[in-house]
Order: sequence, then C-alpha cells, then structure tokens
Amino acid sequence: MFKILKTRLQQGYRTSAYPAQAPVLPDRFRGRPVLDASKCVEECRACVEACPTDAIARTATGPRLDLGRCLFCTDCTQACPEEAIRFTQDHRLAVRARQDLVMDGDTLRLARALDDSARRLFGRSLNLRQVSAGGCNACEADVNVLNTVVFDLGRFGVQFVASPRHADGLLITGPVTRNMQFALRKTYDAVPAPKIVLAVGACAISGGPFIDHPEVHNGADSVVPVDLYIPGCPPHPFTILDGLLRLLGRIHDQQSSSS
Amino acid sequence: MNSASWLSVHNSEAAPLDALPVLSQVEFRQEVLSEIDAGARLAAFFGVPQPDETCRLILVLADDRSGSLALTSIEAHESYPALTPDCPQAHWFEREIAEQWNIRPEGHPWLKPIRFQAASRPGQTIWPETNTADILPSVTTFFQVRGAEVHEVAVGPVHAGVIEPGHFRFQCHGEHVFHLEIALGYQHRGIENALVGGPHKRTIHYMETLAGDTSVGHATAYCQAIEALADSQVSARAQALRGIALELERLANHTGDLGALAGDVGYLPTASYCGRLRGDFLNMTALLCGSRFGRGFLRPGGVGFEVESERVAQLLTRLDSTINHVAGAVNLLWETPSIRARFDDIGALTKETCRDLGLVGPAARACGLARDVRHSLPSGIFRDVQLPVSTCETGDVFARAYVRWLEIRRSAAFVSKQLKELPAGPSRSDVGPLLPRHVVAALTEGWRGEICHVALTDEQGRFFAYKVVDPSFHNWMGLAMALRNQQISDFPLCNKSFNLSYCGHDL
Ligand code: SF4
Ligand code: SF4
Repeated sequence: MFKILKTRLQQGYRTSAYPAQAPVLPDRFRGRPVLDASKCVEECRACVEACPTDAIARTATGPRLDLGRCLFCTDCTQACPEEAIRFTQDHRLAVRARQDLVMDGDTLRLARALDDSARRLFGRSLNLRQVSAGGCNACEADVNVLNTVVFDLGRFGVQFVASPRHADGLLITGPVTRNMQFALRKTYDAVPAPKIVLAVGACAISGGPFIDHPEVHNGADSVVPVDLYIPGCPPHPFTILDGLLRLLGRIHDQQSSSS
Repeated sequence: MNSASWLSVHNSEAAPLDALPVLSQVEFRQEVLSEIDAGARLAAFFGVPQPDETCRLILVLADDRSGSLALTSIEAHESYPALTPDCPQAHWFEREIAEQWNIRPEGHPWLKPIRFQAASRPGQTIWPETNTADILPSVTTFFQVRGAEVHEVAVGPVHAGVIEPGHFRFQCHGEHVFHLEIALGYQHRGIENALVGGPHKRTIHYMETLAGDTSVGHATAYCQAIEALADSQVSARAQALRGIALELERLANHTGDLGALAGDVGYLPTASYCGRLRGDFLNMTALLCGSRFGRGFLRPGGVGFEVESERVAQLLTRLDSTINHVAGAVNLLWETPSIRARFDDIGALTKETCRDLGLVGPAARACGLARDVRHSLPSGIFRDVQLPVSTCETGDVFARAYVRWLEIRRSAAFVSKQLKELPAGPSRSDVGPLLPRHVVAALTEGWRGEICHVALTDEQGRFFAYKVVDPSFHNWMGLAMALRNQQISDFPLCNKSFNLSYCGHDL
C-alpha cells in the first residue's frame, strides 16, 4: 500500500487543462495548412504531382486542398518550389459538412454545435460506440488515448460503450472495407434514433491512403450519414477532443485564425 | 544445406532473380522439411504470378544459427503437396496461397479462406462452398466440438472496446475452453496488390499504414529492401536514428501493453500510469518528426528529419524521467501477489508448441526461444550494437509480460546510449533506380516480433511482387492454442498478452 501511494505521488497530476488552455504540441507537429495562391508560379503542378492521395488540385485561382484526403505528410510542401503551402501548428480541424474540408486559402469553417434539441439530448452525456472499419489502427489508438488521465474524456460526459444499443452514436475509423460494410451497417441500425455519427481520420472521411482500392468503400459516409468529420492521419488526440467539444457546444469560435 | 537447392543471402541483401532455384515439388518438400527439422524456420511463403498465368511459390527460411536467409521456389499451376501436415508453421501461409492464387496445397488439413478476399488470379475457385465473387467474411465452416453440454460462444467482428474487428469462436463446456478459432480479414484493404508496379508516390505511405502502431518497424523493413535493391549506402548517423525510432516504438507499445494487462486484472494504478507513459514515448517520437507514430521519419536513403543537438538533449531528459516513472509503475505489478496469481500459469505455451507454430517476438521469447532478428539476423545499427535477447521460460501471461519489461529496460538503455554517441554526418543520401530482376528479403525486429518484407523487381526495376509478413501472421495461431483448457474469462488477458495486429495480418 505504501509503495502504491509513493508511486502515485511520483506520477503527479497529469490532466491537461484543455480547452481552457491551449495544448503544447511538438514543433514539428502538422496541423491546419495555409495556402498562399499569390506565390504559385504559372503552370506549376508540383504539389499536385507529389500528393499521394490527390488531395490537391490546381484551380484557376490557386491550389485547393481537400483536408479530408490529406495525410499531413508534407510531400507537397517539400515539392513546392515557392513555399505556397505550409502547415501550421493549429490542431483545430473538425467540420460539420464534407465540403467544408476543401480549402483554398487560410481559413477553415470549423464545426458548429448540434442544434438545441440535439444538444439537450447529448450535450451533458454522450455515449459512443466505436467501430473500426479498416485502416491501420493508429486512429483507434489515438481515440483510445482520450481515456487516459491526460485527456480524461469522462470529465466532459463522453464515454465509449460496449454495445450499440447503449449508444447515442458511432465514432467510425477506417475506410470501411468491403469486409466491414455489413457489420458497420448493422451496428448503425442497432443504435437507437436520434443518433450521431463521427468520422475520424482520413480513412473514415475519404478512404485515406487506401482511397479507390477495390477492397474499400472510400469512407464512412458512403455507408451511413456523418455529422462530424475529423481529419488527420491520424488526427492528434487534441484534434479529436476539440471536434467533440465543438459538436457539443463547449467550444464556440467557429473560424480558425490565420497564423 | 544443399547449395544447389537454395539461394543463401544475408538479411537485406539483394540477389539476381535468376539465382533463385526452382525445385521440383518433391525435392522442394524434402528440402524444406529437412531444413526445418534442422532448426530453420519459415519467414515467408507466398505466390508470385508469372506472365503465362502460372504461379511461382517462393519460400524464405530464416536460420538463426547461421544468421542467414535461404530462398527457394517451385512452380505451381493448380496444386502442390502441402507442407502443413509435417510443418504446422506453414498452415496460414498455405491457406493464404490458396486464397490469393487458387492453388491447392494437397493434403492441407484445414483449408479455408484466411482474409476472405477475392483471388488475384483468374481461374477455378478452390472453395467448393463459396463463389469467389461474393466471398463474405467468416462465412465458412468453423472448427466444432460436439458432446453433451458443449456449446459455442461467438464474438465480433465489432467488439466491446475501441479495437479492431475480428471474429472469435470459442468451443466450450461451461467456462472451460476446448478451442478458440479466430477468423480475420475484416481489415483487408488490398495493400499488397496496390504495391505492384511501385515504388510510386503512395508506397511509403502504405508502409507506414500496414500496421499503424508499427509504422517505424514496417518502414524500416521497406527502406532496407529499397536500399538493397538500389545498392545504396545509409550513413551511420541515419542508421542510429532509425534504431532510436524503432526502439521508441517498442518502448511505447510494451509500456502500453503492460498497462493494458494491469487494467484487465483490475489493477488500476499501473493501468493508468502506463497509459499515460505510453503517450510520453509517442510524444518523443513526435519530437523527432511531428508524428506520434513516426510517420515521415524513415525514408529510403536515411531519415526524413535532421535531429539537432538541442533535440537530442531534450529527448535524453524526457527519456530519463519517463523510464523512471515506468519502472515505478511496472514494479508494482511484480510486487503485488494478486497480480502474480492472475498472470502465472495462464495461457501457457510450451517451447515445442511455440517452435511448431513458428511464433516470433516476445511471445516466442516468453517460451524460452531466443528468437530476435536484432540479434541473430541483424541489420542497420544492430550490426554494430549487440542487444542481449530477453527470454523467459514459462510461456504464460506472466512470461509475456515480463519479457516486455526486460525489453523496456534494454531498449531505454540502447536509446540513451545512441543519443549520447550519435555519429556526425548526413542523415539522408540519394537512392538511385532499383536493380532489374532482383529479389531481396528484408527482416527487422518490430515490437511484436519479426517483420519480413520480400520485394521482386521486373525488367524495369519496378515491383512485380511485394510480400509483407507481419509478426501477427505467425502468432495468431499461438493465441488460439494458448486458450486451450483455459477459462473463457481468461481470454482478454491472454489476448492482451499477445496483443496482435488485425490490420497487419489482414493487409
Ligand atoms: S500533406 Fe496532404 S496535400 Fe500535401 S502531399 Fe501529403 S496528403 Fe497531399
Ligand atoms: S486515417 Fe491514417 S492513421 Fe487513421 S486509420 Fe487511416 S491510415 Fe491509419
């Protein structure tokens, strides 16, 4: 017993003060990108050619980047001769509508909260069933981390539950493989209405690195309706937490600042 | 070893494809079985399609005693005599060959799909009961036990926690488990097929997502394969940095596993401390490259990020404090009698079973087998730095936990030493085109065990086949066997003590 107490003291208090305080992220962390069309050279398609998932297109006005397909790999920034694309440290990335992930400047329309009636239902207590539907398991790992003392998801009233019948919604990771489509559908149907669905990670939004493989369905919304998209490969745990809190109306600022 | 029958190479050494012998089916069977009898083990066994729509089966043996690899092959059109009846470690490999290439291993005792994927070669399906076009996961005959009061418990693919999908069938009598059958394939996303024709711009990203928690391990094997095929050298500095990243990955996962095991027996102090400490290791990896999983750190030719001296100093400080906290948290486990009572004698495997099944990694070392690629078939930094192999004898949950703890200490000492002695020089060099018509097998010791990548290039120096063997592919059968004669309530504990990958298996 004495040993346990001593160890407890050594380990200290570890819960982060998020959202009251901004998280401390490593200097090489890659968050929301910023695109500066004025730097683009005419006819240059270096970023488009470098991108492994066709997340970038070159339009008449400049580059357009689909964060839902982005792996945050920086292959594009390394290819760009003019530094027209750069990744900031801003971890806030979640949006409500799929098209809001398509960026062509430096702002992103961050997720707005659920409407009042849904917030009354889910705002104080949200039980989620997680469905892993393919992918590489890094998204699952960083969702799981939310249960550690550092993030302590429970303090916001959000929990992962064992049965879809106990759940208010699904948190889906993975591109939805052909072999998981049926199980995902059945799990979704087993959640009582009204229900919400979160797509976490590039895979669940677009198919991620596996986009357009015959073995996958290119994301959760090809099978079920999605209420919140959280990009990243995988998203940082703070990005996931931020998305959840925005959806529940605990964080309000709706536009990411340029930095 | 009959040298006419085998192509003998070192780990990550490329050889001309024409040097790879093609044996007759009879000769092949004899040669392989006699080498296995003598102590070699199956690192990979897979099909490669030929232009004339036939298939060549390539087999890679690892020999821990001589520290070398041996490759051979046969031509198979529709069938070949199965190895499995005399060599159980071939079991899943032969099912995979049957599934991917419609080739029947004659005499295989347990032939059925393994990932429930459509064959990559046209022709007559070998599954009599299923039509290949709409093959569905877990639609197959399961192993059954019959008798009064014997019943079956089925779980998955969607499980109770935040984990990957798989389907488990327990044949039980009350709490007593006779056998557990594991059906996977739910995470199958077609990576091996997508690698053909590469390397291309997605290749490295596939490597980093074969199994996300082993991004560094798989990327290491891939980089070694590419560098061997391009005949290019990697600087000592880059080798050391890769080793640091690989061991940080091991530290994070082993620490997380010990926490999960503690959580499963309801011992919350260690569970919650280790959960956080795992994150501290992940954040050290993120200090190197911005990603907690090491994405972007390994690149053919070296590493993707320079590591300056301030960063080294910061890593050393963090490592020092984290490892002290891990020691405090983990030692509680060994000092708590109720934990020992739950870990001892649960899910025990004998050394013989372990050898028969060809298990690798901590699961094998926990049975007393000194199998560790870093030691017996070293590549990269491990050619210069010898890490002692951590083993235990009892083969149970305790042993699998304790081996992890031994490895945590050794990996931490390794990382600390490498950081302090980091060689100067460039951290990345250019990699030229790949040699045409060559083959390479690259092995690395990931945190779950041996990772084996085999690449074959065509006339243009592009991949015409790329085979990935994740350690889980060897070890899932070990978990099934560990459950025999256990209580069904011991499943979570046994499962976590193996902590196998679904996506790494399913690919
Ligand atoms: S960072 Fe995103 S947009 Fe850029 S190359 Fe990678 S995936 Fe494409
Ligand atoms: S989005 Fe990226 S990290 Fe997440 S499961 Fe897919 S490949 Fe893995």
